[in-house]
Amino acid sequence: MRADNPSSQAAFAQASAYLERQPLVSNHRPLSWITQHVCQIVEERAPKWWWILTIVFGGMATLVPAMLTYLVSTGVGVWGLNVPVCWAWDITNFVFWIGIGHAGTLISAILFLTRQKWRTSINRSAEAMTIFAVICAGIFPAFHVGRVWMAWFLAPIPNANAIWQNFRSPLLWDVFAVSTYFTVSLIFWYLGLIPDLASLRDRATTRLRQMVYGLLALGWRGSNRHWTHYEKTYLILAGISTPLVLSVHSVVSFDFATSIVPGWHTTIFPPYFVAGAIFGGFAMVLTLLIPFREIYHLHDLVTDKHIDNMCKIILLTGSLVGYAYSMEFFIAWYSGNPFEIYAFTNRAFGPYWWAYWAMITCNVAAPQLFWFKYCRQNPWVVLAIVMFPNTGMWFERFVIIVTSIHRDFLPSSWGYFSPTWVDITLFIGTIGLFVFLFLLFVRFLPIINMFEVKGITPQADPHTDDANGTHHHSPSTYSHGASQVHA
Amino acid sequence: MSQPTSSLFGLGAEFSSAGALLEAAKKIHSLGFRKWDVYSPFPIHGMDHAMGFKRSRVSLFSLIGGCTGLSVAFILIYYTSAINYPLIVQGKPYFALEPSLPIFFELTILLTAFGTVLGLLLLTLLPRLHHPVFNWDRFQRATDDGFFLVLESTDPRFDTTFSRQLLQGIGGLHITEIFQDPEESPNPVRPETSS
Repeated sequence: MRADNPSSQAAFAQASAYLERQPLVSNHRPLSWITQHVCQIVEERAPKWWWILTIVFGGMATLVPAMLTYLVSTGVGVWGLNVPVCWAWDITNFVFWIGIGHAGTLISAILFLTRQKWRTSINRSAEAMTIFAVICAGIFPAFHVGRVWMAWFLAPIPNANAIWQNFRSPLLWDVFAVSTYFTVSLIFWYLGLIPDLASLRDRATTRLRQMVYGLLALGWRGSNRHWTHYEKTYLILAGISTPLVLSVHSVVSFDFATSIVPGWHTTIFPPYFVAGAIFGGFAMVLTLLIPFREIYHLHDLVTDKHIDNMCKIILLTGSLVGYAYSMEFFIAWYSGNPFEIYAFTNRAFGPYWWAYWAMITCNVAAPQLFWFKYCRQNPWVVLAIVMFPNTGMWFERFVIIVTSIHRDFLPSSWGYFSPTWVDITLFIGTIGLFVFLFLLFVRFLPIINMFEVKGITPQADPHTDDANGTHHHSPSTYSHGASQVHA
Repeated sequence: MSQPTSSLFGLGAEFSSAGALLEAAKKIHSLGFRKWDVYSPFPIHGMDHAMGFKRSRVSLFSLIGGCTGLSVAFILIYYTSAINYPLIVQGKPYFALEPSLPIFFELTILLTAFGTVLGLLLLTLLPRLHHPVFNWDRFQRATDDGFFLVLESTDPRFDTTFSRQLLQGIGGLHITEIFQDPEESPNPVRPETSS
């Protein structure tokens, strides 16, 4: 099989180098380096920048309770909603935040089932992001109901009216979908944290740390009699989270798709919403990860390869939403339905044309830059480009929701929605809350999934010689690969 | 060198790598030990097989949880919409499969997740506040980069002297007696076993 003459040997070496996968942990870091490097982020004194950012974003987050108090004490009319536009920034923000969460579950569940090992160093922070995004999302529909103190009517609890919830309504499906999604994401995240919390407990230098991390770690001791059940549990949770994440944004899209409003009543909505959610979610993952990777020198764990992979997913899903945008127009035209055709013409060229073209620029045009390797390899360029999807996905929801309802079937019920200062301030508040929660997470919990990253290092393979990570099977694997290249 | 064995939990040994621990586990399993365990910072590929485990039973709890969720969803929707207070909304049937599917699905998923996690906690007997292995001070590295094997004294094949030789023979380092009571645990590295 193996070629003997020198030129073939050179070709063989070249092919081997090409076929060799880039390691997911650079510089052959030992296991203890991983523990030390990740845990010290939590263990060292809080740096000054952390205090500054936490105070700034914590201050921004207080806008949420402030605006909600104002809203509840005055009335839901302080939002700019009015007939015909009764769903506007609130539902836009809800769908926007829920969508962001999807990347976390995609990384933790779908990439786990498909054995994408590169997920291990980003899944922890992405799952945290999911939970914080769903918290921000939940605020809007809860207060949109108007009388928030009656929000418990959404739950099937016997009440004085003796009427039950309408299980035929997609809005109720949404309640079940979002609350299930939040609960399962939280369980999944916490489950993944247990072995790493045990690492923090075992390194604790103060009694308080030892107690808090010890209680949270549930007495985990790395026993293989536990690992065997643990791995099974993780697999099952990944298995059920995969259809769950696809269902959540599908159910959210049913809120629109099951109505008869032109522009909403389309069968393409569920896959289109899911693709958009993954697109926007990965953009947010990169937005959070790139700065923290620089600050904490995590380049050996979150390598350029990780960023490159995420950029490619953004390119793919960005192209999918671009396809969905054009298909919506095609179907509107092909249906021959004048109301459908009008809704879409109005979307692109009506009073909200600016929002539509902002959406197209941010979601369809900007991600195409990721075709170029240069744009995927330079983290600061990546950070600049992902700001477009972050903005564009908000505009997408605004365009879908507001442009479809601002012109009702009769011209007498046409209107133009403008947000009030309360709308704007509350949204800024949720951005503050999201970043604030993420800063707390970075400070108190390990931001990299240490045990999973250790599990993909060469040392973790029980068939390696020693800590150097030389693999017994490597030569044969490569010669096999090389022979294929020669053939 | 025999110790009072009443409060002896077991004999622990450290191994240099995941591979060494796997080989040691195969050996211990082939000798027919029952009360023993290995501890590692991450799950080691092939270790379940080496220790002779069967499939984890967590999936049974998931199944029970999932079936409960589906039944709860069906009963909830059917009872409230078709029996307790039938209400005509938009001329739709009181109960139909199509609009019920999302809630069937969500509650199935939710209770599967609860069942799975409950199963994990029951099968691993966690949470627990303390365990004798934590009395061994080297053991902190089990969540960092240490690979450990502990033979428990309740195993019928356990014998302090023989087990120590056995662990030494299969490459165990820092062999230490671990006691139930933290007071009783001696200094971890005994002169004759340090290597």
